[in-house]
Amino acid sequence: MKISYFPGCTLKTMAKNFEDSALASLSSLDIEMKEFKRWNCCGTVYSLTSDDLIHQVAPIRNLIRVKEEKDTRVVTLCSMCYNTLKRANKLVKEDSEKLDKLNNLMDREDVKYNGEVEVLHLLEILKNEVGFSQIAKKIKIPLKGLKVAPYYGCLLLRPPEVGIDDPERPTILKDFLGSVGAEAIDYPYETECCASYHTVVNVDLVVERAYDILNSAINRGAEAIVLSCPLCDFNLDNRQKEIKEKFSDFKGIPIFYFTQLLALSLGLDEKVCRFELNFVDPRPLLRSKHLIGEV
Amino acid sequence: MKEKGSVMEKEKETQSQEAKLIPVYIMGKRYEVPEGLTIMGAMEYAGYQLKRGCGCREGFCGACATVYRTADDYKIKTGLACQTVVEPNMYLAQIPFFPANKAVYDVDKLEPSISTFQELYPETFRCVSCNTCTKACPQDIEVMDYIQAIIRGDIAQAADLSFDCIMCGLCAARCPAEIVQYNVALLARRLYGKYLVKKSEYLEKRFKEILEHKYDKEIEELMHMDRESLKKKYYARDIEKM
Repeated sequence: MKISYFPGCTLKTMAKNFEDSALASLSSLDIEMKEFKRWNCCGTVYSLTSDDLIHQVAPIRNLIRVKEEKDTRVVTLCSMCYNTLKRANKLVKEDSEKLDKLNNLMDREDVKYNGEVEVLHLLEILKNEVGFSQIAKKIKIPLKGLKVAPYYGCLLLRPPEVGIDDPERPTILKDFLGSVGAEAIDYPYETECCASYHTVVNVDLVVERAYDILNSAINRGAEAIVLSCPLCDFNLDNRQKEIKEKFSDFKGIPIFYFTQLLALSLGLDEKVCRFELNFVDPRPLLRSKHLIGEV
Repeated sequence: MKEKGSVMEKEKETQSQEAKLIPVYIMGKRYEVPEGLTIMGAMEYAGYQLKRGCGCREGFCGACATVYRTADDYKIKTGLACQTVVEPNMYLAQIPFFPANKAVYDVDKLEPSISTFQELYPETFRCVSCNTCTKACPQDIEVMDYIQAIIRGDIAQAADLSFDCIMCGLCAARCPAEIVQYNVALLARRLYGKYLVKKSEYLEKRFKEILEHKYDKEIEELMHMDRESLKKKYYARDIEKM
């Protein structure tokens, strides 16, 4: 399978561990990710202001680029990019007047957009097109005994019209964990918000929310968290430094991108996981489970 | 790059003949100027003396960036005043200077990474991909694409895409996010040149040889060569592959 791929800025900068592990895994699953040319920032966040069309230009211009390469589907990995592209696409499909305005604003583009491109998240491809049962057959190192709590956050699930799963009782990450042989831990905070962009101006708020989320998972036996969003990752992983400063009882827990666990279970070279870029080093945990070699 | 220079020669030609007069509006006032003049020529014909907002008059320096409008079109158009030929009923004005934000830095102390741009030009990340900068560029540079390359940390691509920039300032003047694209690109090219471009192995060696007077005799020969032999030698020279 070959599919048009939108990486987004963060996967090229802060989250190289997400991109590298994904591309290596998908290549071993015979999925060719074709990074389309001249992509721009997704728009970073979907604008909820109804007359603020300028913020829909970035996502729609990306969909024009996909169309230019004669593709009708685009896949992305970052939950934020997914949410922004998908919702902008939905907006213009439902509102032809706004679509006209956007096309007119982008009058230098040779191609006009008419809502032809389908926006997908990689988890949807793995679930619906590869199939978790097929992945289970292809894994070489089952992540046996690894207790992982799925963390969805907001952008994969909400609003329900664009969510990839049930917004209240999602199972897609749990099912994914099952396919790679890990044990999924249930806890009540998997769809809580991580406090998102408050991390720029209100670190304390992020620290409190992240503490609740992580501690809830730890208390139910989780040894690691798995997620799909670089911003959630920043708040739950990098902010553990600040959590420890505020809450002396906090023990710390490694955070994985789901693609890192996929690459590991497919038996790929540990290097593609780029674990050195994870803030909380997950390697001691993986060594203790004999999932990676000793140093 | 567009072919430069020829416009000025054509202009001189036009002036020597008895040219037809066409109406243009300079800062709102109607003038009749000979057909075939450039915007800069038309303004001077009308009596304006340009001290700023004009430079090489050959389309290279970027000093004469200008905005204009043509009859029956709502769009603000852009160009270089020394390269753009006047049309009947053009609305003209000359921009003397752009008071653009320019970061002060010591390139030796910088890192070739996205954090350098976040620190020195944080407004870069306000880009909404409207592409107004690209539309304004008289050099036909994909300005938005190089800003987006910087946002995703691809300094090499930004340096490459912005290479033909003459820093006229029109992109910055039109940007709704108030990015000073040309100064951001200059930083990208400096970082690329200093830290990222493949180092030429022979350059240092050759530099040393020059200082040791190894090529003095050859230079002396070149100095006394006639034009044709020089040309021949120039086209037959070795160029190092990148």
